[in-house]
Amino acid sequence: MTGLAGKTAFVTGGGRGIGWAVAQRLAADGADVAIGGIHDPAGLEARAVELATTYGVRTLAIVGDVGDPAAVAAAYQTIWRAWKRLDVLVNNAGMMESAVIGMITADMIDRLLATNVRGAILHLQAAARLMARAKTGAIVNLTSILGVRGGAGQIAYAASKAAVIGLTSSAARELAPQGVRVNAVAPGYIDTDLVAGLGPEVRAARIAQIGLGRIGTPDDVAGVVGFLVSDAAAYMTGQVLGVDGGMVI
Amino acid sequence: MTNLEKLRGAFVEALGLAAAPADFESLTYRGIAEWDSVAHMQLVAAIEAAFELMLDTDDVIGMSSYGKAREIVGKHGVEL
Repeated sequence: MTGLAGKTAFVTGGGRGIGWAVAQRLAADGADVAIGGIHDPAGLEARAVELATTYGVRTLAIVGDVGDPAAVAAAYQTIWRAWKRLDVLVNNAGMMESAVIGMITADMIDRLLATNVRGAILHLQAAARLMARAKTGAIVNLTSILGVRGGAGQIAYAASKAAVIGLTSSAARELAPQGVRVNAVAPGYIDTDLVAGLGPEVRAARIAQIGLGRIGTPDDVAGVVGFLVSDAAAYMTGQVLGVDGGMVI
Repeated sequence: MTNLEKLRGAFVEALGLAAAPADFESLTYRGIAEWDSVAHMQLVAAIEAAFELMLDTDDVIGMSSYGKAREIVGKHGVEL
């Protein structure tokens, strides 16, 4: 597919898990792709090279904390200098911490909100300014089924992901006049590092809650993100699409 | 086109002014109906595009007049 040929995309947290699957999907569709990350700069650079080699597109590896305004500004300056445009932002970077209500610490709340909410808003803000120059763009924010329906032991995380839905709805309204669409994807139980630590019994119990009877893959999510940033979704904004296999919580 | 003409052009285009004002220095944020919060972001985008800049959020918020815009652009090394 080459539906994104000539376009540029930035995927935060693009070096692994869902972000990496999304980066590959967008590159396969023809987009030049910048991937962001913070924990493994060498690994991120290797991923960028792999993308460029495999799909024949231009790539960038951008290291920085999504919640750091200076790092965010530097990231978009890098993209602007390199490509002079930004068509797609996938606000994927996120973190998950679980705790029952009596065990939630203030620091945990701050960490979750800093990455999942503050980071998403800072990137949305910077990306929207670049997109506004061309009067077009598509932003997809990664929320979670937990942000829609909640989950025991997930109060702080679910709150952060519910906030992503709120910011998606508001940004969609504010940016529509500038031709920028903003949607969200709410994955269910997806096979990534975030759930890798769950034991086999918990894993089996989770799968039993899923109508389609299997754990989701990062590619399942990437396919929906690819659709939302494509022209096939040109008349969609402010939507939250569940990618959860019919999971019931 | 000079940099000053680029800056003034960005104001006229982004704010949707019918004609170039006689006195650009009198333009202030919310001082005219055309310069509201939505137009402000369009103005920021137009200035960034004209001079290939990325303004800091503090600059975006602080760009409260034509004069401030001139200062901010100048701070980024653009000679006006």
